[in-house]
Amino acid sequence: MGTFLLSFFALLIPVAGIALFIYIVARRLAPLFRAAPDFRFDNIGKRLFGLYEYPHHRMPRPGYELSGYIHITTIICLGVLSLQVITLLLQGISPSFSLPFLDKGIIADGYRMISDLALTVLLGACLLALYRRIILKPERYNVPKSYGKDKTFPDALLSLGLLASLAVLDIVYIASGWRVDAYAGADTHILIPFTGTWITATIFSLFSPTANQVVHVLSFMLLIVLIFGFVCYLPFGRFFHLVTGPPNVFFKKIKKGSVKPVKWGIADDKLDELESFGVKKFEDFTWKHMLDFYTCTDCGRCSDNCPATTVGRPLSPRFISIKGRNYAFSHYPLKGPFIQNEPLMGDVFSDDEIWSCTTCGACEEECPVTIEYIDKIVDLRRGMVDDGNVPQSLQKPLSAIEKRGNPWGKMEKKRGEWTKDLPEGCDVKLFEAGDTAETLYFVDSITSYDDRMISIAQATAKLLCAGGADFGILGKDEKDSGNEVRRFGEEMLFQDLKNHNTEMILESGVKQIVTADPHALNTLKNDYAGLPPVEHISQFLARKIKNSDISLKSVEKPEAVYTYHDPCYLGRHNEIYDAPRDVLDAIPGLRRVEMAKSRDRSFCCSGGGLMLFYEPEEEERMGVLRVKMAAEAGATVMVTACPFCLVNMEDAIKIAGLEGKLEAIDLAELVERHLDK
Amino acid sequence: MEILVCVKRVPDTAENEISVNSAGNDIDRGDLVYSVNEWDNYAVEEAIQIVDRVGGNMTVVAVGDDESEEVLRREMAMGANDGLLLKDSAFEGSDGKGTASILKAAVQKGKYDLILTGAQAEAGAAQVGGMLAAMLDYPYASLVNKVEVIDDKKLKVGREIEGGNQEINEIELPCVLSIQTGINEPRYVGIRGIRKVASVEIPVMGASDLGLGADTVGTAGAKVKRVDYFVPEMGAGAEMLEGSTEEIIDKLVELLKAKGGLK
Repeated sequence: MGTFLLSFFALLIPVAGIALFIYIVARRLAPLFRAAPDFRFDNIGKRLFGLYEYPHHRMPRPGYELSGYIHITTIICLGVLSLQVITLLLQGISPSFSLPFLDKGIIADGYRMISDLALTVLLGACLLALYRRIILKPERYNVPKSYGKDKTFPDALLSLGLLASLAVLDIVYIASGWRVDAYAGADTHILIPFTGTWITATIFSLFSPTANQVVHVLSFMLLIVLIFGFVCYLPFGRFFHLVTGPPNVFFKKIKKGSVKPVKWGIADDKLDELESFGVKKFEDFTWKHMLDFYTCTDCGRCSDNCPATTVGRPLSPRFISIKGRNYAFSHYPLKGPFIQNEPLMGDVFSDDEIWSCTTCGACEEECPVTIEYIDKIVDLRRGMVDDGNVPQSLQKPLSAIEKRGNPWGKMEKKRGEWTKDLPEGCDVKLFEAGDTAETLYFVDSITSYDDRMISIAQATAKLLCAGGADFGILGKDEKDSGNEVRRFGEEMLFQDLKNHNTEMILESGVKQIVTADPHALNTLKNDYAGLPPVEHISQFLARKIKNSDISLKSVEKPEAVYTYHDPCYLGRHNEIYDAPRDVLDAIPGLRRVEMAKSRDRSFCCSGGGLMLFYEPEEEERMGVLRVKMAAEAGATVMVTACPFCLVNMEDAIKIAGLEGKLEAIDLAELVERHLDK
Repeated sequence: MEILVCVKRVPDTAENEISVNSAGNDIDRGDLVYSVNEWDNYAVEEAIQIVDRVGGNMTVVAVGDDESEEVLRREMAMGANDGLLLKDSAFEGSDGKGTASILKAAVQKGKYDLILTGAQAEAGAAQVGGMLAAMLDYPYASLVNKVEVIDDKKLKVGREIEGGNQEINEIELPCVLSIQTGINEPRYVGIRGIRKVASVEIPVMGASDLGLGADTVGTAGAKVKRVDYFVPEMGAGAEMLEGSTEEIIDKLVELLKAKGGLK
């Protein structure tokens, strides 16, 4: 009778638990079936490899080593223990059940020893995690008042407490079972000294076989109740990432630097047929973006690295996800009707929040579960643009780009005027005049027109000449590349710019494109299609220097200390980190230091393109923080490789009062000064 | 409420380099880009917001040539329900009174409770709104920076006066208001919005449709004639600073310090 009841219990709890879990998850996933399409089924091999590769690279990023290694350890332990748990559950129904090779023999004993170890380590990891949460309290977990109550902390305590209790109970279950077997003289596996199982079994030797048998059965019953309690609790909070994390990493965005199409499956020339643009209501998000909301672990790494959050703009990427998840929970409840098609802007997200993002990508670089922010923000902006809801400060430059092809409304015919001051012997061909050449130098708006930035264009032209390139420019036929036009949500204007530039570039017949503007590089490479290969001037220079086609003379200011600032669209979005550094290091005698935040951790300069026109609410400028970081690193010259970075840095140096102590210069300008003619 | 908003297609000052042509009778229009007169854009936004609040219908009207249609479409993409183009070769060369006469005829062809104009257009004369009101014998409020609908007979309108003070008046409908910039934040019109209204029919009315004699409008009817157009000679005490932006700034700072403007 007792055995029967036990088997019934062992059957009932899992069946009820699994049924409940399926019900909860089905309700949770309901909005995903009402969401916009998202194409994520390509590159299966790469995606599978990502599941293995991603955790090691992302989880223990510098500064987050402890939580990262706790996570990796936990994943390994849970993987090992999954077999033991399956066996345990099925043995409840049929006591003689065992997985292949895990009944008797050397493999079975080996596995038992390893899972004893895994249980102990898992318990240790849980306790360490609790210690971090309760005692260390990393700052990034703080919830600013404006975002309401901190729901993460109690959730974390409960989930970690549950997991730790599971480990303890399992240890008790195994140790008492081991004791029972040992009393009966049956074969037992070797207990590794000082593991939880060893300690517990040692203590249990004080008790009788019957007592051990009772503990064994009771711990079994409690264990299965707790296992399913834990499983069913997961979808209620941030521990849902145990379920959604792996698929979210599997479905991650593969093509860096690009922006999602307005709607997956709709070709660019069919966009006019769409009823509405972008995300205006929750159901306009793609299913992957909803999965992102569920997967957010609330770890705060995104906002910890977000320049907008850092300078006090009303944006914190972490809360984009948390608010999205809260919306899903409250509008797609476990019980009762779904509340659909409510507007998001104003109620869930604010205008200033969504316009505050510079699309620098620091958040995405950091997220341990590959949550995407830029595509969501671009989609929300597309919705606002479609509704005419665009800040006044951005309307003028957008209209100027529409009419004149540049945000300042300067005359088209003056786009190539910067070439006038070039020295004899360095001729820039002009495709609009019918010239032909191998290479196109795509200058883009700011470098063509800005009084200060034309010096980058001139330096770039001289470097191309020095490197023996046969090159030309589009002149008045070039329009703004549209990198920010697209990222600020004005897709149709972007499409016009893209179509125009593509036609002009293809007509010119060039075989490659070079640019000194990372924003142009990014959009030509990742948003445009069918163009010849595009490279940044730093890549051209690195190659020419390596092949000794360009040689450089000793550094002009041997006493100066240089540092290189990675532009977001060159570094993070296009992973060009080494070429500019190699070029700098090729200048004999140049002393270079790295800032604390560099390469993929680079801190945005304040944003380029249309961001120059936006007037954000903020406590401090990003650029000011950045130049202070350069000064802290001991640098006296800040080298960058993007005209927008240069604008922002030069302004920031003045605001920060670092004039005379720090100067900013573009890589092309610096190298041009060091050409050994 | 039935609202008519008068709009004009003008060269955009922010996106053009304006210079006087060689004949000295106009600006050089060779390389200009055009857009809707900025004040008119605020008037259209205000009309949309009034219709959103109290219901009704709004029409945008322009006196101009075929290219003015583009401006009407942009305003329709913003939210105007109908467009109306007043076009006739006889209208060319109209002075302010001529333009007001054409608009008056159009107003009388419809049934409008409220007529909005921009406070002024690029030429800076700021005369059409007032003349239109007088010709219609409607009450008129100029430089309006706030509109509140009391009922279908009355509005409350605001105007900024010297020193940033605000004045509020009640005005009876039907009336004409000239709208000041800053009254609202005009919504953005993207290329997509314009394409959506690209194929909407915009009715055109000429002099005969409006019952206007050709000698009352256009060059023939104009009693104000432009006789010269030039950049003024630099007077005594004026100085043009030259050089790069940085140099200009440095010189300006020096000058301000020298004259005691900066300490």
